[in-house]
Amino acid sequence: MRVVIVGAGQVGSSIASDLEDTHEVVVVDRDEERIEEINYSYDVLGIAGDGTAVSTLEQAGVEDAGMVIASTDNDETNIVVCSTVKAISDAFTIARVKNTEYLRTWQRSKKAFGIDFMVCTNLLAAESIVRIIGLPAARDVDPFAGGEVQMAEFEVAENSPVANVTVREADRFDALTFAAVLKNGTVEIPRGETVIQPGDRVVVIGTPKSVQEFARTVAPDESPGTTEEVVVVGGSEVGYQVARLLEERGFHPRLVERDGNRARQLAEDLPETVVMESDATDMEFLEREHIGDADLVVAALESDEKNLLVSLLAARLGVERTVAVIDTTEYVELFEAVGVDVGVSPREVVAEEITRFTREGDAENVALIESDKAEVLEIEVDDASVLAGREIRESVRDLPEGVVIGAITRNHEFITPRGDTVIEAGDHVVVFVDTSVVGDVTPQL
Amino acid sequence: MKLRVDYRASVSLVGTVLKYLAVPLCVPLLVALYYGETVVPFAVTMLLTFSLGTAMERLEPDPDIRAREGFLMVALTWFAVTAVGAVPYLVEALGIPGVAPPAHPASTLGNPANALFEAMSGFTTTGATVLGDISFETHTRSIMMWRQVTQWLGGMGIVVLAVAILPELSVGGAQLMDAEAPGPGIEKLTPRIAETARALWGAYLGLTVLEAALLYGLFLLGVDDGMTLYNAVAHALTTMPTGGFSPEARSIEEFSAAAQWIIIPFMVAAGTNFALFWHALTGDPRRVFEDTEFRFYVGVIATLTAILSVVLFTGAGFANAVPAGSTFDAAYLSEFTGRVVGQLEPAVRQSMFQVVSIVTTTGYASMDFNAWSPVAQYLLLFAMFIGGSAGSTGGAVKIVRWYVILKSIRRELFTTAHPDAIRPVRLGGRALDERAIRGIYAFTLLYVVIFFVAAGLLFLDAARSGLDLSVLETMSAAASTLGNVGPGFGAVGPMGSYLAFSDASKLFMVGLMWLGRLEILPVLVLLTPEYWRR
Repeated sequence: MRVVIVGAGQVGSSIASDLEDTHEVVVVDRDEERIEEINYSYDVLGIAGDGTAVSTLEQAGVEDAGMVIASTDNDETNIVVCSTVKAISDAFTIARVKNTEYLRTWQRSKKAFGIDFMVCTNLLAAESIVRIIGLPAARDVDPFAGGEVQMAEFEVAENSPVANVTVREADRFDALTFAAVLKNGTVEIPRGETVIQPGDRVVVIGTPKSVQEFARTVAPDESPGTTEEVVVVGGSEVGYQVARLLEERGFHPRLVERDGNRARQLAEDLPETVVMESDATDMEFLEREHIGDADLVVAALESDEKNLLVSLLAARLGVERTVAVIDTTEYVELFEAVGVDVGVSPREVVAEEITRFTREGDAENVALIESDKAEVLEIEVDDASVLAGREIRESVRDLPEGVVIGAITRNHEFITPRGDTVIEAGDHVVVFVDTSVVGDVTPQL
Repeated sequence: MKLRVDYRASVSLVGTVLKYLAVPLCVPLLVALYYGETVVPFAVTMLLTFSLGTAMERLEPDPDIRAREGFLMVALTWFAVTAVGAVPYLVEALGIPGVAPPAHPASTLGNPANALFEAMSGFTTTGATVLGDISFETHTRSIMMWRQVTQWLGGMGIVVLAVAILPELSVGGAQLMDAEAPGPGIEKLTPRIAETARALWGAYLGLTVLEAALLYGLFLLGVDDGMTLYNAVAHALTTMPTGGFSPEARSIEEFSAAAQWIIIPFMVAAGTNFALFWHALTGDPRRVFEDTEFRFYVGVIATLTAILSVVLFTGAGFANAVPAGSTFDAAYLSEFTGRVVGQLEPAVRQSMFQVVSIVTTTGYASMDFNAWSPVAQYLLLFAMFIGGSAGSTGGAVKIVRWYVILKSIRRELFTTAHPDAIRPVRLGGRALDERAIRGIYAFTLLYVVIFFVAAGLLFLDAARSGLDLSVLETMSAAASTLGNVGPGFGAVGPMGSYLAFSDASKLFMVGLMWLGRLEILPVLVLLTPEYWRR
């Protein structure tokens, strides 16, 4: 397949190097020197020119391309590139954006901007930070329905409160469904009387908050409580998204931002966060607010060096774990070597996501359990679906064994599926399906 | 000095409103015709207001309203309408020399200060009265109906009504409504302001008709013989504007428990933001219950009712003895003590009725609360300052302001401990602008200052005119007129009147009611030189 990458910055180059072995890659960039460098260092075709111009795109051969990835540093440019490509070609378009507003627009209507798949740098970085903070006990976590639903897989330990009890007894979490119990590698659809044994793995589907709560019950030692003190330093877009995602999971983080207007804006948007207007390197402030007692500090300032400084300072004050946002991918290892516990590079995260997507297809809506023993799918229910307009209790009778309705979202609101819930056309449903029946079930849904 | 306010435009628009005031005057006119009473008071007033209005309109044929003209127009409208509204009272008491004899020469409203007080109390939906004797012996049924109609007109706002029906006001309409509407700021429900005004009046009219029908239904079912068609309409007309005038001398005490239970939810509705009804009817009814102000409002009513219910149920809420010069006697006290103490339904009903009536600033009474003990009376005095919701017909400070003040005090406490924290004050998830919070503080402080100054002045004037008033009486009179509540305690209690005050005090209270209804600032700003210059 021919893959055209517009924008040869860190992200574009990184994707190009990941894909050069398996695909025919063309890289477009305005900077001639960079193109020359690319031509020599990777096995790809570099074209110098404006990626938003039809002539350049034609020169890159987008008409025959299977996929176009717009990964310049400018959101609007990326959007225009994808729209232009859609006008002259059937290629699958992927755009990278920073502004989460564009992502929200795209999530509402996946036809927006002529973009088939959109990745948001800041949001992805924030999500990966929150995953590091949030669910260290989970074996696998996948978001669905734009992040409102989460699927997670946990291993049940010997001393876990849900070990040796039936599913009925264990199922006392709101907004959470037990989708499957994996016993010695076989998938079992849980019934009320199924007993969860130590060593089993359970797959749960629910809101991020309920999954968090569940994680705390299953593995109390490993999972941080929402009483865990998290301090986010820097009100950048990544910092904001981290705080927002933590709020969604029931945390009450603190956020330090130096600019008064920005701090006010953040305080308005983050009702559960205590926003403070101060410089995070002000020792008096750090002592006054007992930042040293925090369990975790996320440094999300605009500059890498400041993030390093803040992380080291925090560690010295006694903070248990520090996470730093590092823009320059090469610095990650260096920073981790000098004392930052975890470095997260937004560019790297995005490049990884795009590469993964290119290899696996629309992974956002499918998750594989235990290397293909079962799938978790997200579907939008239409009128022809066996689910539409009926109570779940009734519609499951028409479906084979091995199907569990895990979660429903309606107009971006989470609905816990119970026997008497009526699913309407237009709802998004997250279903757990045993691989053996996927072929039969998918057309019915 | 050159005036920078186009007063001609304002006066011209006031003229337009006056001209149309002839239309609601038809209501008492028809009542007069039906009962075979004299139509002279209303015919004369209609002629007067129409010709006066037309003459004022001539001053500026094409009025252009901006913010300053808007304040002037609203303030003037309320004054002009009151002056005209007082004319039927005067004509009833004095007659027209050589043309018509007075219908009721004994009426106290022959005194112009009294007539003006009654008219202002009507339009501002205060419900304080200076009628010496409320009965059909001393007043015609049509005059009594005019009192009710003035309150209904004033409730949702005369200017709002004008914006709804007069196309010439549609451009500056938002300014005008903002100056008149209770609460901080108005909410545009539709792109066109006239449609918003119509939606609000539509909800208002609908609720009034519904209440009248329900009350009259009690009469038809034989539950309440007193609730005749006349009374049903008269009380619906003064419940929805949180007015409180009643053609019955004993207010709502006159009616059955069933009628009292029907009136309670309508008073609650009248104190609710009318925009919520519009949302409930056009979209999502749940929005009403999710509204922060509404929840706080219901919470305050429920809490006060619960406290008062306990106090009345245990008997601690009733006076121990009958002081000299009381508006109630020993028989009344013992009758109500027997009926309410230890009885769950009457205790809850009497508490809830009085609390709702005072919080919403309606001013009805289902019993004479002068017979209550100081504990219970204090609760009501406290309630006088709360007020209805923003965008309702209620008066006083308004519940939303108290809510914002409480929240911002909590914020102050938090930032004392964490000086670097930035904490916006939230109202239903939405962060409030700091300027809006300052405005709310300024208003509330001004309100309290004016209340204390007014109470002091009333004391002084009472001493001058030899009127013996207690602290509670005077303070309640000031709070009640400024908050457009109506009754106070003692002589000015729910079954009493403001007649004993001197003319000077009455005219001063006319000013307080005017100030209170327009929420102080639109009136006060007219008194600053900066307003008239530059």
